[in-house]
Amino acid sequence: MTTAHDLRTTGLTLGYDDRTVIDDLSLELPTGRITAIVGANACGKSTLLRSMSRLLRPAGGQVLLDGRAVHETPARELARTLGLLPQSPIVPEGISVADLVGRGRHPHQRAFQRWSRADDDAVGTALDVTGTAELADRNVDELSGGQRQRVWIAMALAQETDVLLLDEPTTFLDVAHQVEVLDLLRDLNLRNGTTIVMVLHDLNLAARYADHLVALADGTVCAAGTPAAVLTEETVRRVFGLESVITTDPVSGSPLMVPIGRHHAGGAGGRSASE
Amino acid sequence: MSTQQPLPHLEAVRQDVPGTPTPGSTAATVRRIRRRRAVRAGVVVGVLAAVVLVAFTATLVVGERWYSIPDVVAVVTGHEVPGASFTVGRLRLPRAVLGAVTGFCFGLAGVAIQTMLRNPLASPDVIGISSGASAAAAFAIITLGLGGAAVSAFAIVAALGVALVVYLLAYRDGVAGTRLILIGIGVAAMLESVTAYVLSRAAQWDLQEATRWLTGSLNGADWEAVLPTVVALAVLGPVLLGQGRALAGLRLGDDAASAQGIRVERTRVLVIVAAVGLVAFATAASGPIAFVAFLSGPIAARLVGAGTSPLVPAGFIGAALVLLADLVGQNALGVRYPVGVVTGVLGSPYLVWLIIRTNRRGTSL
Amino acid sequence: MWFVVSLAVLAGLVLLSVTVGARAVSADEVLAGLTGSSRTVGEAAVAVRLPRTLLAVVIGASLAIAGTVMQGVTRNPLADPGILGVNAGASLAVVTGMAWFGLSAAIATMWVAVAGAAVAAVFVYVVGSLGRGGATPLKLALAGAASSAAFASLVIAVSLPRGDIAEGVRSWQIGGVGGATADRILQVLPFLAAGALLCAATAKGLNTLALGDDLAAGLGERVALTRGLAATGAVLLCGASTAVAGPIGFVGLVVPHAYRLLVGTDHRWLLPFSAVGGAVLLVAADVLGRVVARPEEIDVGIITAIVGAPVFIAIIRRRKVRSL
Repeated sequence: MTTAHDLRTTGLTLGYDDRTVIDDLSLELPTGRITAIVGANACGKSTLLRSMSRLLRPAGGQVLLDGRAVHETPARELARTLGLLPQSPIVPEGISVADLVGRGRHPHQRAFQRWSRADDDAVGTALDVTGTAELADRNVDELSGGQRQRVWIAMALAQETDVLLLDEPTTFLDVAHQVEVLDLLRDLNLRNGTTIVMVLHDLNLAARYADHLVALADGTVCAAGTPAAVLTEETVRRVFGLESVITTDPVSGSPLMVPIGRHHAGGAGGRSASE
Repeated sequence: MSTQQPLPHLEAVRQDVPGTPTPGSTAATVRRIRRRRAVRAGVVVGVLAAVVLVAFTATLVVGERWYSIPDVVAVVTGHEVPGASFTVGRLRLPRAVLGAVTGFCFGLAGVAIQTMLRNPLASPDVIGISSGASAAAAFAIITLGLGGAAVSAFAIVAALGVALVVYLLAYRDGVAGTRLILIGIGVAAMLESVTAYVLSRAAQWDLQEATRWLTGSLNGADWEAVLPTVVALAVLGPVLLGQGRALAGLRLGDDAASAQGIRVERTRVLVIVAAVGLVAFATAASGPIAFVAFLSGPIAARLVGAGTSPLVPAGFIGAALVLLADLVGQNALGVRYPVGVVTGVLGSPYLVWLIIRTNRRGTSL
Repeated sequence: MWFVVSLAVLAGLVLLSVTVGARAVSADEVLAGLTGSSRTVGEAAVAVRLPRTLLAVVIGASLAIAGTVMQGVTRNPLADPGILGVNAGASLAVVTGMAWFGLSAAIATMWVAVAGAAVAAVFVYVVGSLGRGGATPLKLALAGAASSAAFASLVIAVSLPRGDIAEGVRSWQIGGVGGATADRILQVLPFLAAGALLCAATAKGLNTLALGDDLAAGLGERVALTRGLAATGAVLLCGASTAVAGPIGFVGLVVPHAYRLLVGTDHRWLLPFSAVGGAVLLVAADVLGRVVARPEEIDVGIITAIVGAPVFIAIIRRRKVRSL
């Protein structure tokens, strides 16, 4: 198993210019579990994640990893423990899969150091685990959306971190690829014990794959806990301003949010809940 | 904290995922791919170095009077060869050295800035740095009558000043590449008109002098002009090369680079200072040789492929471009053209093609 | 109301221009010089300043109109004949004509300059529109900057072997209204008038074009025709201006922006206002150039660049520019 790490925020306040996005947020992220952060657009989900990975300096409060403030940890040292897959990483033109995944080894390499066997092994393992080994020689810009996302995850894996943060890893993928990527993350967590924190916009997928669900609203935590505890009609109303019915996912048993909307209000909506 | 060895638990995952190859074979593939890339890079750099050497030698040998290679070698190694020592030793040798060194500076600085701004069209000669250096140098030489190190000083202060101004003007919650490039274009336009004014105020409109400061020329090269540039390359070159890995990481985007532990702002500052310094010293010696900084990077990237650092190849390509263009300009055409005119004319079609290609495929080096 | 103000300012500046210069003149000499007599050196000086002032008025107006139209056609706030390399293309055409084809007749020179401007405009627009997003401000500006640099190199390449025209080449690097004569003004006037008329005719069309090609077509506007006419008008104005005064940049950029703040974006108002504003700007720049560095003169093209570039930068800073 990987080393256990304690990741939490205390009284975190974040903003841009004079606009406060996150206000006095205290959150504890369970070790070795998958946490999904959900919320309406522009509620600060990405901002929160970026601050946890040291990209954004807090206006107040702290992000603590193992009791040590993340912003006081040297960047390279942090990168060996905590990895981030940002929302729209740029693909340098013409780069091959093996080269791109190899970039993840940066925090483990000194300035003029040669590539070591350990580096090659880490890259090879990352490729295997994400099922992209046979794409090693291909150009990244030729791959499909799902393949490309798996390659980005492989790059984050090659970094060999115990904690992995992912900012909307499934947003631009079609549903088959979304499930593929989330299944892979679940595999990593189950076998590896990697702590995974991801921002997702799809409530139902979040409820299905997460152990711990955090709903953000108005710059602070609206609800946090197991998906069953968090995904209630009340929460959906408060976070999204949406009327809904919560039922059970027939495949995974997790809660399933079914929106009501104007055209179906008072129509067939009530029936399925009582069946 | 995680260890340096491959995580053994990942092996368990590997066994779960269907269809994975045997452990270790992927690592072997990765190693093979990496070696192949390294070999290609080595070959490219070797060939380029050879080209530069040939062009250098040709600059010494070819001209109104041709000298034999043994004679040239003798002069270079310090012997006195009657009839050759002056022309080869005092005229052509400084010229060749200047061409190689300024070409290397332009190529190296150009590719560094293009990589950092993630846009091949953002080159120091487009965003005003070259214009600043040449305006200051022209001012120092023509209006103030200075020479040598003083001119270099003017150039570097101006170039750094321009870079700082452009950077600050483009700063709003961080620097957007687009805004930086546009502002650079505006500043360049302003500085070019300043250069034109300085030139027009010269005692007489000396076309030769004018072309030096408008497009670059190696004419009248002497050791006094060459030395500061050599020193600059020796000092700033390694600084830039040391940032090679960080620069490569920056290409993934600021967030992804930070996530890998790269200190983005520090890398940026180092790269800018080193690259601008190189451009300033080179421009102070030879004028802003058109398009060399612009073209060396994309050519290098095509030759070594996307996974390798293009810094060193771009330097050699810059040197080769300048030396070859000067050879052509001095010997192959009816009239003697300064090197900047040749690179300007021959570079234009390639430049257009590059813009077209960049626009078609999105911006990346 | 603003129009009257602008005209008044213009009239004042014209008077100033005639009065002020490297050499001081008295009021009597001004009056005498204006009526054509040149008995004293002072009157002669006035007699020289008059055509120069007139040229500045006319060229300034033309460049401002051209810039306004270019910004409307490309929907690009940074469009300007200097930045887009149109003036540089005109210069190159003329220098090539002079060096290789012995071009010297004034009217022919203007046609050649217009042709050069047209080719450059098309070239830059095509190159700048390829790829995602069409002709974004950045891509057009880069295409323009690169093309200008290329044209400038070619100008030097073409003129270097010809020592006889080397002196003339200098005027193709920087624009200036010195050396203006009544003849030249009369020769260029038809071109400028034709260009201005074309642009005026497309004013209403440009308003609709601002909504986007699809929307404009949906409203019944003949997009290609409007674009073509407007572009032709702009090219005529730029080419002829460059033929007479050399490349002067930034007038076409700065003036429309200033007047948009005052009178809004309706081209039917914007064009005449810009014309007056451009004249004001260029005359002021010329006066400044003659006064600041007495007894030397600074050419107008340099002043407009030094004043215009900061405005260009201010415009960029104010707008939200998405990163690459």
